[in-house]
Amino acid sequence: MTAYLLKRLAIALITLVLASMVVFAVLEIIPGDPARLMLGMNASADQVELLRNQMGLNAPLALRYLHWAGGLLSLDFGRSYTYSVPVIDLVRERIVVSLPLALIALALSTIIAIPVGLFSAGRHGRAGDTIAMGAAQLGVAVPNFWFALMLIYLFAVWLRLVPAGGFPGWSAGVWVALKSLVLPAIALALPQAAILARVTRSALIEVLNEDYIRTARAKGLPFRAVLWRHALRNAMIPVLTILGLQFAFLLAGTIIIENVFYLPGLGRLVFQAITQRDLIVVESVVMLLVAAVIAVNLLVDLSYAVVDPRLRSRQ
Amino acid sequence: MSLLEIEKLSLTIGDTPILSDVELSVAPGEVMGLVGESGSGKSITALTVMRLLPWAARASGRIAFDGIDILAASEDQMCALRGDDIGMVFQEPMTALNPVKTIGEQVAEGIRWHTRASRADAEDRARKMLDRVGLPSAQFPLSRYPHELSGGQRQRVVIAIACALKPKLLIADEPTTALDVVLQAQILDLLRDLVAENRMGLLLISHDLAVVTEMADRITILRHGEVMEAGDTARTLSEQRHPYTRQLAQASMHVPARARTHEVGQDDPLLQAAKPLLQVERVTRDYPGRRKSLLKRAAPTRAVDDVSFSIDPGQSVALVGRSGCGKSTLARMILALDGPTSGTIRFRGEVITGKSEAELKPARRDMQVVFQDPYGSFDPRQKVEKLVAEPLHVLEKKPTNAERREMVAKALHEVGLGPRDMDKYPHEFSGGQRQRLSIARAIITRPKLVVADEPVSALDVSIRAQILDLFAELNQKLGVAYLFITHDLTVARAITDQVMIMHAGKIVERGRTSRVLDHPQSEAAKALVAAAPDLHRAIARRLQEQG
Amino acid sequence: MTLRFDIPEENFADILVKAFTNRSFLTGFVITALVAAVAIVSFFWTPFDVTRLIIADKTQAPSPVHWFGTDHFGRDIFSMIMVGARNSIAVALVAVGIGMGVGVPLGALAAARGGVVDEAVMRLNDLVFAFPALLSAIMITAIFGPGALNAIIAIGIFNIPVFARVARAGALAIWPREFILAARAAGKGKALITMEHVLPNIVTLLLVQGTVQFALGILAEAGLSYVGLGTQPPMPSWGRMLFDAQTRMVAAPWMAIFPGMAIVVTVLGLNLLGDGIADILDPKSRRQR
Repeated sequence: MTAYLLKRLAIALITLVLASMVVFAVLEIIPGDPARLMLGMNASADQVELLRNQMGLNAPLALRYLHWAGGLLSLDFGRSYTYSVPVIDLVRERIVVSLPLALIALALSTIIAIPVGLFSAGRHGRAGDTIAMGAAQLGVAVPNFWFALMLIYLFAVWLRLVPAGGFPGWSAGVWVALKSLVLPAIALALPQAAILARVTRSALIEVLNEDYIRTARAKGLPFRAVLWRHALRNAMIPVLTILGLQFAFLLAGTIIIENVFYLPGLGRLVFQAITQRDLIVVESVVMLLVAAVIAVNLLVDLSYAVVDPRLRSRQ
Repeated sequence: MSLLEIEKLSLTIGDTPILSDVELSVAPGEVMGLVGESGSGKSITALTVMRLLPWAARASGRIAFDGIDILAASEDQMCALRGDDIGMVFQEPMTALNPVKTIGEQVAEGIRWHTRASRADAEDRARKMLDRVGLPSAQFPLSRYPHELSGGQRQRVVIAIACALKPKLLIADEPTTALDVVLQAQILDLLRDLVAENRMGLLLISHDLAVVTEMADRITILRHGEVMEAGDTARTLSEQRHPYTRQLAQASMHVPARARTHEVGQDDPLLQAAKPLLQVERVTRDYPGRRKSLLKRAAPTRAVDDVSFSIDPGQSVALVGRSGCGKSTLARMILALDGPTSGTIRFRGEVITGKSEAELKPARRDMQVVFQDPYGSFDPRQKVEKLVAEPLHVLEKKPTNAERREMVAKALHEVGLGPRDMDKYPHEFSGGQRQRLSIARAIITRPKLVVADEPVSALDVSIRAQILDLFAELNQKLGVAYLFITHDLTVARAITDQVMIMHAGKIVERGRTSRVLDHPQSEAAKALVAAAPDLHRAIARRLQEQG
Repeated sequence: MTLRFDIPEENFADILVKAFTNRSFLTGFVITALVAAVAIVSFFWTPFDVTRLIIADKTQAPSPVHWFGTDHFGRDIFSMIMVGARNSIAVALVAVGIGMGVGVPLGALAAARGGVVDEAVMRLNDLVFAFPALLSAIMITAIFGPGALNAIIAIGIFNIPVFARVARAGALAIWPREFILAARAAGKGKALITMEHVLPNIVTLLLVQGTVQFALGILAEAGLSYVGLGTQPPMPSWGRMLFDAQTRMVAAPWMAIFPGMAIVVTVLGLNLLGDGIADILDPKSRRQR
């Protein structure tokens, strides 16, 4: 058990370090002169030199990386060039929008998908299954940002139930703030729920063909009890894998969805930073999102061990 | 009155008829053996009694269990019967238990479901049941998971689940087929005792006449979904009135005619000077132990432990042992598919251990292999011509296409197949035919040694007899030496001159086949011989019991 | 993770018969062929010229002349969707090509060699998986600026570990089979065995994954173009059309509806095709029917 945990932890750490090198390489080495890139071609040599000094670009490469990585570890992400404030303050301000959004969407997608998967697997090949999976097939094909547009059109423009976009801030009251996250969360969650429902169903159907399901049936358990007690837990591994991958997609998805709804989240921050060529913000936020993805994958790996006793005793 | 009464049971899956007019009955306390080759419908019969059939199956006729009409019963009624009044044991112990639940949970589950007992009471009963099936609490606490148990132990858990509520009828579908002979004997003993203790009816399904004869009071012989013959076990098998019964019985005891047996080697000091074909010298193979933590590893497991022996040209040798004794590992090293940890293997006098693939080519030409699974040993994407020709890869000079076709045709002819079969895919052949293809592939380079790993254990008895004949014939005709890896003593007896008994990585006994099997010296050999089912012996014992 | 699958044992003719009696496959095949045909036709003919801006015709509702209406520059939306199909398919196809071309050899190598090589390939996979397509697109565009080529590279890089994983898992399921041992006993090396026995037996898995990634690629390209990181105007692309539609939702909803439908139909077609292939070639699903 501990060996398994330690190995996964070590892999996550190595991945994190490698990822930071990639981010550093792409954003600070490939451009040649990041300062020039940030300031544009019209900037004078003095301006560029000033920024170079500010960013510490004249130091040796290895030192620059270590300085940057050390900063990340102590949550010192540097100063935004366009906003002239520490990046960490920007992140702090924006994460309270993005994180709740991603979590609500993830919860929503799971709450919809698992029951649908169970329903479909239990009625494999019959009308209910065909209808549910037809709907899921359609759900997988819908791009979330287009779905978002349609939701806005329906609920905000026509029915005027929720705001079309913007975020009043948590200080305006939890309910008001949540209300403006409803549509974005639905737009993010439904296509993911469709994928998850399909995976849950096919994992369950595969498990239902196993010999031990027959053993459980031969004990006298009705089909429904077998589905819940024996099949579901064994089908969890592929479901967890997809959940982990979906978190990455959801994080990336928020970048687009925040733009549709004009939500002041991390996605919008990084997106604006690109248009303003604020590389310092870009590299920090990208690194943060990558770290989140790695952390979630680690969590998924650890949850395998909870679900499957074979992993606990193996290495 | 019968406990289970099957009358005129017919069954179709889709448009395919599976069973027609099957009649069978089991009385309380009686053991009924249901025998048949693969595809005879014996497992489907059992699943029909349990009503655990695939959706598309349609059954007609009548099944009465303890006064209940099974085919007309509601699903709720069936759930009440299953596990409580009818228990079932399946063939594959490795996959029959839920890997994420403890054995305690799995045994207690049925008890709780049917008796509404509290968790503690159910676990108490589960504990007693596990003790009864030979899994004492000291080594096998309820908190064990299935993957921590061996195949035989898992089958005991499955039996505990099936018998936990002392059902009136126990259905055992090939309960020992996946186990080695020693475990088979133990599990059969356990079943016999449980049946006697609780006066259960037992429906024992098996392809193995010897097993059924040892166990069953009456037998029913099934073929293509129809009952061929049914009646008292001893009488049916000793009289062999029905032609199919006779065919089955004779195939089970078949010994190929071998004109000349090869008696050289250790038994014959005069011929010791002859140069051996294969020499295995002090070979050991360790597998690294499981990693226990980041730095600690368990001690390595020794799969093969200081083994030495030799095989002469043309000699047929059996390597016999229980599952996990290291015989397959040894075979892989002889085939140079795996390297030994220490020791050397010489083939035709040349060392083949630690050589590169290119250096091995000449040796590979003279050494071929036949595998157990006639389905898994062919790439389904390639045609027979390419598959049988695969070993030609090791030839010095690549044959032209025409030469290749000719060689394949010749090899196919030698195993009793036609040249037209060359352009077919493997799935167009039956299991027995595939094993012929496998042999054709093995002899196409005219090897001096063929290693055969359980080559007939996946085949039905009648097919098995034919394949054994073919092996015997090729041994005579081509003078090829065999190393037969098997756990089945009848196979060893049928076609080998010498037997080596392997136990826990060591070869513990070697000698002439008939001598070792009739008068085993080592403990391991004695255990194997005692446990091996033997139709002759079983019938004789039955007749004697009945006077 | 281990992967289990049965290798189908059929002739090409049997498979063909089954393919054209399988509802998923047939629907998916028709839709995909239709989209592909539209994209090809758009090279030679579109109802209207999509490069000409006719402000007088701007934001017209669907009519017999402009089936799907016009956009804010007076361009015919149906024509733009036709040209956009070309663009979407090209981006997704090349991205799948990159993913397969690099991922499959890596996965096959990892499975064949095992040990350190396997570990290295898997760690590399983890690394790339940590950068979802959109994040890598963001990094790339931050340096090189937005464009279709960068979108292709970003999506393609993300496809590599997907194919590597599938190929590795498939190959790992093939390697322990007895027919591989038979080939080894015939003196064949790992490279030859991979080419002759392993790859042909995992082709179907790769094909199914290919259609899935193709569909995902179309979605990703649309997403990137929607936020302005993908295909650049004036080249019409479905995602960009949706971006233009967003601020005009109230006045001209057709500008949003039709390009979105084009994406949905295309992705649906590809997914159905993939499901169909999996259905046809996987004997397990047949057994259940």
